[in-house]
Amino acid sequence: MKGMTIIVKTISSWVKVLIFLFGIYIILFGHLTPGGGFAGGVILASSYVLLMLAFGREFAEENLSLPLASKLDCAGALLFAAVALCGLLYGAAGFFWNFIHQKYLMGTDYEFNLVSAGTIPLSNIAIGLKVGASLFLVILTLSMCCKDFKPGSTENEKE
Amino acid sequence: MSVPLPVFVAIPLVTAFLLPVFAKRGKAVATVLANLATISLLVLAIASIGQSRVYEVGRWSIPLGINLVLDGLSSLLLLAISVVSTAAMFFSIRYMEQYTARAKYLSLFLLMVAGMNGVVLSGDIFNLFVFLEIASLASYALVGFGCGHEELEASFKYMVLGSIGSIFILFAVALVYGNTGSLNMAYISEAIQSNGLNPGLTFALGLFIVGFGLKAALVPFHAWLPDAHPSAPAPISAMLSGILIKTLGVYALARVVFNIFGISLATGWLLLTFGIVGMLVGAFMAFGQWDLKRLLAYSSISQVGYVMLGIGLGGLIIAKDGNLAWASLAILGGLFHLLNHAVYKSLLFLTSGSIQMSTGTRQLREMGGLAEKLPVTRATCTVASAAIAGIPPFSGFWSKLILVIASVQAGYYWVAAIIVFVSLCTLIMYLKVQRYVFLGELPENLQEITENRGSMLVAMVSLACLCVLMGLLLTPGLRASIFAPAVKVLVDGVSYSANVIGM
Repeated sequence: MKGMTIIVKTISSWVKVLIFLFGIYIILFGHLTPGGGFAGGVILASSYVLLMLAFGREFAEENLSLPLASKLDCAGALLFAAVALCGLLYGAAGFFWNFIHQKYLMGTDYEFNLVSAGTIPLSNIAIGLKVGASLFLVILTLSMCCKDFKPGSTENEKE
Repeated sequence: MSVPLPVFVAIPLVTAFLLPVFAKRGKAVATVLANLATISLLVLAIASIGQSRVYEVGRWSIPLGINLVLDGLSSLLLLAISVVSTAAMFFSIRYMEQYTARAKYLSLFLLMVAGMNGVVLSGDIFNLFVFLEIASLASYALVGFGCGHEELEASFKYMVLGSIGSIFILFAVALVYGNTGSLNMAYISEAIQSNGLNPGLTFALGLFIVGFGLKAALVPFHAWLPDAHPSAPAPISAMLSGILIKTLGVYALARVVFNIFGISLATGWLLLTFGIVGMLVGAFMAFGQWDLKRLLAYSSISQVGYVMLGIGLGGLIIAKDGNLAWASLAILGGLFHLLNHAVYKSLLFLTSGSIQMSTGTRQLREMGGLAEKLPVTRATCTVASAAIAGIPPFSGFWSKLILVIASVQAGYYWVAAIIVFVSLCTLIMYLKVQRYVFLGELPENLQEITENRGSMLVAMVSLACLCVLMGLLLTPGLRASIFAPAVKVLVDGVSYSANVIGM
């Protein structure tokens, strides 16, 4: 299983970049347009799934290794928790309090700008990271059920 | 000092996601961090006893936002969760050396703690469901942590039945939202008080009882428990039996039935019946078991029956407009038994882990004469067995005594008789454990075994001390600060909503 034909490989290596960019756009504009962290994260993961389908799972794993994806997954969750905790620490206000919006971005000047809505874009980025990485991990794990998977080929964390 | 309530969820959650950073190196650092997290939760839980307040997440006021509610019942459960998790976490330092992937284990453990703390604190029914799923998903993974054939099968069975329970709860939440227009428990309760129950809400109540009943392993829904609890690593069995079934099942059921829907005659009888059937079936099934941890798991079903019996009897007396003093005594008995069972059943599972680690088997027939080889395990196991059977100075006696007094005073003599009868059955099954594990002849192949020292002994001995001392919780001062507010929450029933909205 070394992937599909050359046509598919060529096209998907181009399209993959576009899908990835689109995912980033959906995440960053989550507070202005439809979409957000979850939808964007799914699109990010799907770009890697395309890679996996066209080139085989080894190639996808070379691009984004299992430990790295697992670290990104944790980083996303931590970033999300950090945004929530900052609200708690900032002037002893409240968990998940939108402190950036209240302090710096009040007023009509900021409405509908990319930089507005305070902590919501930050949370969206965190969710996007978390969803993208964990969905990639889920699909990678599912592909281990495939018939010609060799147990030695992934580095599982063996302590 | 009043800590912000989200800290109870945030500490284990943040630590859980921090730990995989130490995946390969720094196993010791990860262990220390995880232990610090559970110990700090224990300190915070003790500090928050007797307080009650509402926290609005993100400063959104309650019909719009999500709130966290700390009242007497929540702080009692928080205390139980943190005591058991601290002991189990400390026990795992030594015990989990048999397994690989320490960091993953620790982070799943902490996720489960975060989920349970969230369930106990949540004041929003959908949020309760989300936290319940966090705790359940972590526990599915932990049951299958050994990755053997038996573990994976038990984990799969648990996952299927647990997901069915979750689906029931989700449907019920949707029905409640459709019929009352709110997800906040206080507002739902208010809507039900002013508009009454319609068929949709009654159906939702039924779905809640089945869903939470599945999580609590009440008797018709208990099939997953005797497989899942023995297959998990011992500290996880202690967490599952000690506290998970009570938080996700008994607590959530009591909260929904008493505080949201209001107790009625039918639900009171239903809870009492669940309790009695569970006690009897669990005890009878436990007799025939020759697998130590499976016996303990069936005994958990029987003991959860006691808790349901206390709460159900209290609810029944309230619904019949009986004497509220006996109703609160029955509920006090149920909640005290919940706390006691959390301590001694987790201790029993920890001792079973110690035995299994030394001998390599769980089969009662393959053991014997371990009293001299494992003296501390033997001593702690005897204390816990005495407590669970209800031998006077130990904790289990007092909670059963309260239940008997309450049922006699309220005129339910047959309930008192069943409590005493099941107590005798419990004594017999733990005498069987003592006889086959610690007394008798030492088999040839176990001549060389030694006891595991270090953190395992510390965890077991401290829980055994608690078993002896917990009777002191009934002294008036401690009773007024720990149990009285918790009992009041359930006895006051639907005035919960006025309390939360007014706070």
